Amino acid sequence: MKHRSPSEQHHGKHPRVGDCVAAASSTAQDGMEDKNASTHRELTQNPLKKIWMPYKNGLPEKHISQRKVCMTNCPTLIVTVGLPARGKTYISKKLTRYLNWIGVPTREFNVGQYRRDFMKIYKSFEFFRPDNEEGLKIRQQCASAALNDVRQYLAEDGGQVAVFDATNTTRERRETIVQFAEQNGFKVFFVESVCEDPDVIQENIVQVKLCSPDYTNCNTDEAVEDFMQRIKCYENSYETLDEVLDRDLSYIKIIDVGQRYLVNRVLDHIQSRIVYYLMNIHITPRSIYLCRHGESELNVKGRIGGDSGLTTRGKQFAKKLAQFIQTQSIVDLKVWTSQMKRTIQTAEALAVPYEQWKALNEIDAGVCEEMMYEEIQESHPLEFALRDQDKYRYRYPKGESYEDLVQRLEPVIMELERQENVLVICHQAVMRCLLAYFLDKSAEELPYLKCPLHTVLKLTPVAYGCKVESISLNVDAVNTHREKPENVDVTRMSEEALITVPAHQ
Amino acid sequence: MDREAASQAEEMSKSQATLTQNPLEKTWVPWMKSRLNKRRGSSVPQFTNSPTLIVMVGLPARGKTYISKKLTRYLNWIGVSTKAFNVGEYRREATRSYNSYEFFSPDNTEAMEIRKTCVAAALKDVFTYLTRYQGQVAVFDATNTTPERRQVILSFAKDNGYKVFFVESICDDPEIIAENIKQVKLTSPDYTDCDKEEALVDFLKRIECYQQTYIPLDDDTDRNLSYIKIFNVGSRYLVNKVQDHIQSRIVYYLMNIHVTPRSIYLCRHGESELNLLGRIGGDPGLSHRGTKFASALGDYMRDQSISDLKVWTSHMKRTIQTAEFLGVQYEQWKALNEIDAGVCEEMTYEEIQEHFPEEFALRDQDKYRYRYPKGESYEDLVHRLEPVIMELERQENVLVICHQAAMRCLLAYFLNKSDDELPYLKCPLHTVLKLTPIAYGCKVESVFLNIEAVNTHRDRPENVDVDRDPEEALETVPDHM
Repeated sequence: MKHRSPSEQHHGKHPRVGDCVAAASSTAQDGMEDKNASTHRELTQNPLKKIWMPYKNGLPEKHISQRKVCMTNCPTLIVTVGLPARGKTYISKKLTRYLNWIGVPTREFNVGQYRRDFMKIYKSFEFFRPDNEEGLKIRQQCASAALNDVRQYLAEDGGQVAVFDATNTTRERRETIVQFAEQNGFKVFFVESVCEDPDVIQENIVQVKLCSPDYTNCNTDEAVEDFMQRIKCYENSYETLDEVLDRDLSYIKIIDVGQRYLVNRVLDHIQSRIVYYLMNIHITPRSIYLCRHGESELNVKGRIGGDSGLTTRGKQFAKKLAQFIQTQSIVDLKVWTSQMKRTIQTAEALAVPYEQWKALNEIDAGVCEEMMYEEIQESHPLEFALRDQDKYRYRYPKGESYEDLVQRLEPVIMELERQENVLVICHQAVMRCLLAYFLDKSAEELPYLKCPLHTVLKLTPVAYGCKVESISLNVDAVNTHREKPENVDVTRMSEEALITVPAHQ
Repeated sequence: MDREAASQAEEMSKSQATLTQNPLEKTWVPWMKSRLNKRRGSSVPQFTNSPTLIVMVGLPARGKTYISKKLTRYLNWIGVSTKAFNVGEYRREATRSYNSYEFFSPDNTEAMEIRKTCVAAALKDVFTYLTRYQGQVAVFDATNTTPERRQVILSFAKDNGYKVFFVESICDDPEIIAENIKQVKLTSPDYTDCDKEEALVDFLKRIECYQQTYIPLDDDTDRNLSYIKIFNVGSRYLVNKVQDHIQSRIVYYLMNIHVTPRSIYLCRHGESELNLLGRIGGDPGLSHRGTKFASALGDYMRDQSISDLKVWTSHMKRTIQTAEFLGVQYEQWKALNEIDAGVCEEMTYEEIQEHFPEEFALRDQDKYRYRYPKGESYEDLVHRLEPVIMELERQENVLVICHQAAMRCLLAYFLNKSDDELPYLKCPLHTVLKLTPIAYGCKVESVFLNIEAVNTHRDRPENVDVDRDPEEALETVPDHM
């Protein structure tokens, strides 16, 4: 999720109800002066996230840390290493997307992009020749500019992880970066990609280099030829991370697109998670199909949650889904459902084995389970407003938030990365979270992504991103998408709150 | 519609109409024993179709048995049925008494025969476990230091359709090796009648016997094997050809464990208002005695004089209130929340018996797998807590303030308790359990902080039938207001 910087999080003059001032972590190191209960901090439950926070004199205390993924006090600088066309940018972008999704503010800094912005026009590989002094100077300037932006992001803008995406093929260059990190109090983790398989390199070049801005005016053969020469420019001076010389550095070396990994000195939780993630991703072509269960009995009544069965139209959808899957002729398709009746009923129609994941269950609406929006407005108008104010972080009383859902779904994403062709039959909120991961949507956008019933989204990884095909299976269904209304104040009128509720029985 | 499509449609609508909810686990399954639904739904899908044989590799005193036992414990806890087979134990069985390192000399042909027989016996038991008893993972714990020996195992696995994953531990730090020997070798049955000095000398000679013929897994010749090489207790890892989900999880786990001495403190929140009333779940605050406990906990932890203690709580008020008394930083984990009792939240056992007598009986029949309606099971809890365990493995000194069911799950992991024992582990209020890893297991010190509290432990009653009398159901309910 692209997180707002701390300066954005504080709402200064007009704090919204439920906003908590999240400053640096507390240091209540003054210890236990007084065991008297009255001097202890009062606990109050933050109305938005339902989190118990200590208050003193009516004001929230400095933030007691919630379990966040990135428990490092210092930010982390991830540094890619490798010849051109070894997947560094692919890895950088994917890793950045993953870390943001699980809640670690991350940004990538691609030195090649800085070079393109500076140079405007790319002529030929000669720019990269080791004896091209002017070229070297410019490239060094670009690297410095990028590092400067890294420093700004990590030290001032609230970033936790920066991915410095460049070749960084010499020990000397890497040493500069290590020193830069040390001066600024950043931890460094290197990610090196080593690959000598000519087929992989070729495929790489075809997928991402030929359509690069550098080669817009070239034909394919020219572009490939030039790029091969470009790689040669780096080859002579390439110093791979060495077991002995670099034994004090923290790094992972990825060899031959994941055949083998060398992992050295993992320092902390976030590096451990990064290693685990990198070891689970692959580039084998495949597609992921996401859809919701068929229309359910509660859907037509405009009620949320519950564990109802499919309507007649829902069953029709399930049959159409079976036919659709047949026509796709997918090799070795895995089918996953939640543990709720409606997804399982849908999967049953496919007549293939399927796996039930509890983690794919719909968001728990707690006390609002099986209610209509109208009923929620009537019995819990404050809750309803808070939800509209921050739908991502809002937790239903005795229920969950989208933020909780993402955490719950992380093992599903990890396994999706490991797998090849998968059909995931799930629920509206769950599907929004999964989609946000694949399409790199922010925390603000996520809860409003459109995931209508009876529509299959086919996601196919391509280049640095994901191609999406939306396939409606032509079975009518009720609309369950409620847009954010204009007025999100707790003082709003019922009509204002309910204006975006979709029609139902 | 033609006839075929019609009958297909009929079959489909039949199967769609006949989903039933298993009353214990609350999972939806097709009524017929459908060949389509491979396994019952549970919290975590299973990913191994073929069983996996994990093969340890390394010189003596490199931590192979430590890793085997720990890995076995972890896999069983997350629901993957696993068993370790230690060839040294087979050898002890076969030879009765251990004389000296000479048994392991490469020219001792008689001993060689015995050792080969032991390997064969162990592999036979592996076969029984994986193929006959449907175990999912077997850990073959032996030195396996030559390519020939490893080839024997690979052939065995191939013949039986097992996937093989090697775990090699390489260590040349003499201090680590010495510590190893001290912790687990000197107390081994092999050395019961020796003094420490003699034992140490003999063991070092034993290592030498293997050293001559040791050929580690080779990056080149073994490039088609799946393995992880662990260097110097985790400063470096080499991972080759991870085949599937379970191997990926094993690698992740092995990369997160360490051997640095430390202690883990587990306790529950102080007594809560609902505890006093005999009510389960909810989000109440501490009772007066509960706050006294929190204060006493602060004193106790300070006396422990721990460097860099991490404190974790759940998101529930009672654990946070308890932590507040410590006056130090703490982290809130939603994953540490108490088991969700669904429709039974905030009820007394008497009320559950009155309103849901069948549920109450089912719970007593299989407390581990039983899921409250719209709630969770212990099995769900374990799955929820797995990231907590993973982070506990990474950390050093940690105090975890949680809840009865959550604490039982964590304790079961550290003390290797089965699914049947787990839900009945005793975790009383106002008692801290201090766990210190030692040798192959965990030392437990139980410290009651001398603040009275209500008892919340309900033992399994004798009669667990759904048609039992209320008195029979309620006879083990502890006292409350």
